[in-house]
Amino acid sequence: MASTESFRTCPETGLKVHGPAETLIKANAVVAVVFLAIGGLFGLLVALTRWQAVHLLGPETFYLALTAHGADVLLFWILFFEVALLYFASAVLLNCRLATPRIAWAAFVLMLVGALMANVAVLQGGSSVMFTSYVPMMAAPHFYLGLIIFAVGALVAVFVFFGTLVIARQERTYQGSIPLVTFGALTAAIIAVYTIASGAIILVPTWLWSIGYISHIDTLMYKTVWWGLGHSSQQVNVAAHVAVWYAIAAIVLGAKPLSEKVSRGAFLLYIFFLQLAAAHHLLVEPGLSSEFKVFNTSYAIYLAVLGSMIHGLSVPGAIEAAQRHNGVTEGIFGWLRRAPWGNPAFSGMVMSIVMFGFLGGISGVVLGTEQLNLLMHNTLYVTGHFHATVVTGTTLAFMALTYLLIPLVWRRELVLPTWAKWQPYMFGLGAMGISLFMMGAGTLGVSRRHWDITFSDAPVAFDYPPAAFAMLALNGIFAVIASAGGIMYIVVVVGSILFGKKRGEVEMRTNPVVFQGRQVAAVSSYGSAHTLQVPGTLVLVAIFFTAFVLYYYINWKFLSEVWPMG
Amino acid sequence: MAITSPEVRLWWKEPLHKIELIWISIAFLWGLIMFATMVYWHIYGTQNLSNEAYRVIPDQYAERVDAFVAENTVREEGDTGIPVVRPAAGGDAYMLGRLWEWYPILELQKGQSYRLHLSSLDWLHGFSLQPTNINIQVHPEYEMVITITPDEAGEFGVVCNEYCGIGHHQMVGKIYVVEE
Ligand SMILES: [Cu+2]
Repeated sequence: MASTESFRTCPETGLKVHGPAETLIKANAVVAVVFLAIGGLFGLLVALTRWQAVHLLGPETFYLALTAHGADVLLFWILFFEVALLYFASAVLLNCRLATPRIAWAAFVLMLVGALMANVAVLQGGSSVMFTSYVPMMAAPHFYLGLIIFAVGALVAVFVFFGTLVIARQERTYQGSIPLVTFGALTAAIIAVYTIASGAIILVPTWLWSIGYISHIDTLMYKTVWWGLGHSSQQVNVAAHVAVWYAIAAIVLGAKPLSEKVSRGAFLLYIFFLQLAAAHHLLVEPGLSSEFKVFNTSYAIYLAVLGSMIHGLSVPGAIEAAQRHNGVTEGIFGWLRRAPWGNPAFSGMVMSIVMFGFLGGISGVVLGTEQLNLLMHNTLYVTGHFHATVVTGTTLAFMALTYLLIPLVWRRELVLPTWAKWQPYMFGLGAMGISLFMMGAGTLGVSRRHWDITFSDAPVAFDYPPAAFAMLALNGIFAVIASAGGIMYIVVVVGSILFGKKRGEVEMRTNPVVFQGRQVAAVSSYGSAHTLQVPGTLVLVAIFFTAFVLYYYINWKFLSEVWPMG
Repeated sequence: MAITSPEVRLWWKEPLHKIELIWISIAFLWGLIMFATMVYWHIYGTQNLSNEAYRVIPDQYAERVDAFVAENTVREEGDTGIPVVRPAAGGDAYMLGRLWEWYPILELQKGQSYRLHLSSLDWLHGFSLQPTNINIQVHPEYEMVITITPDEAGEFGVVCNEYCGIGHHQMVGKIYVVEE
């Protein structure tokens, strides 16, 4: 048993916070933010190269920057932050000590060493193999080894999280079931286990191949297993950021889920059906049958899509219900108008929900439709889609959460509060533009991972339509806006951690960031006379659904216009 | 709250609310409709990828492509030395990807069908037909055969859209579709 001295009681939430857990949360979150800064910078260089009028980098540095961008933001920023989130959702939310802090530190060191090793390999050149690192293109052995070490570290961290859940149960630090946010984190952790297993199955032989122990790896097999890692790792993000939405809604507004059963059921659908989504990336591959593709993408994906669509009602619904309960009742949208838009945690979360749903979700289903994939496979549309999911969705949600972690975990006031207030809008707008204009360019046929869309040194000429150039110029402009938002975030976070005014017990009581009306009874109870009133959410969901159906069939219309084939 | 344990201990026994039940039903139905749409397109739609694929040895595939080029070349593309090949309508057409070109250039007749064979001699490449925007992945050691029927005349670019190294952006091929 840990001694009681290593705990403090948070004056705002009443939660018992375990000292070693808190330090580990801080360490993982800080390293995450550093990788976001590095990866973001590479992203800006990439966007400024795609903008043909600027065309900043040469081909070699462009592909190097693109590889580094993918690894640093998609893997290192997100996974370090997710580890912080897992420790927060287990130790802090369950009033519990963190299992084996020493092993958690070992995990941290492994992840850091792996991430640095992969970065060194990429920066040395010769490992510009992109995030997917498809064989038979070969990177330096320490590129693969770095990724393996990083993955092992992440896996260890996930098991520390599981261990903490076990301890909390044994030591009875909470009553009844685990909170919904912890349940969401558990979903992310379970998906992470089989994700990392897929990564090991494919990266270990690839590493052996790079040092000469294995002579041949089948490209189709590589790609199939690789996407078991690649796609599901993004589902870890989805589960994690949905949990963050619920957490922020709860902390800022006192929101409770409309129904525990429905929200948890939606997370369960993720656990059961997301893994199959790997086939999503293999829709125009030779050697795989249509039956396999249709089963994988439709039957299985749509049950996972169902999970997201359920959250699409229940998260905004929870917010609306909380607002109405808190006395903001006028009209259909009064709850939305009078929401705390100046609170960066809230505004970041709402933008994350809206853009993830409309841009990321709908484009994801279209991309994952067996025949429609022909139209945009490997074009910038794909890149636009995952910037919508991972940047406007996950990254923005994580940024929003940091605005609560700084006052609660670091116990510091935010420096530059006006910057903090505008940061989510700036970053969200920039990321939205990036996603939209890349999707636009992809619709016009512009391929992804391409240094020069004028094909200047090619022996055979081809020209993309002028609109494609406009799309990439706009993409560049919005990347600059997003980068400004990113810099604002880094400045506020680092500044607050280092120089923010300390929040003592008194400040935490008098100027709380946590919603104080949480003791009051539930917004709605089922099976009783209480009714559920979320008319605004229903209108929003109806708009979403209409957009979804229309856009889906517009793409079938596009498909029907290309050359007949079979 | 979502960050505290559920207020009702037996939360899984609470009945579903009507609003949520309706939305879940709509979303589930929509999933089934999207599933049915894909199956429908296999039966009635005309744009489906073929499932015809073979394992090949890259050298042997290259030999077949060379034989195809030797037999059907009609001219050279400008002063590039790249052959323009005109396969018989209804017959086989070959194209291969390698660092960093699509070979050869094809000349097809509008409205005629061709069995297009695609494979790579080295790394993964992406066959991206522009501006009509048809995108197919090309693997080494796998040969995919697709029956295509060009339905518009013109000059089409074949861009490589799978990153294949430093010369990736130079990897452009061409298909001519002529009236007749
Ligand atoms: Cu290529």
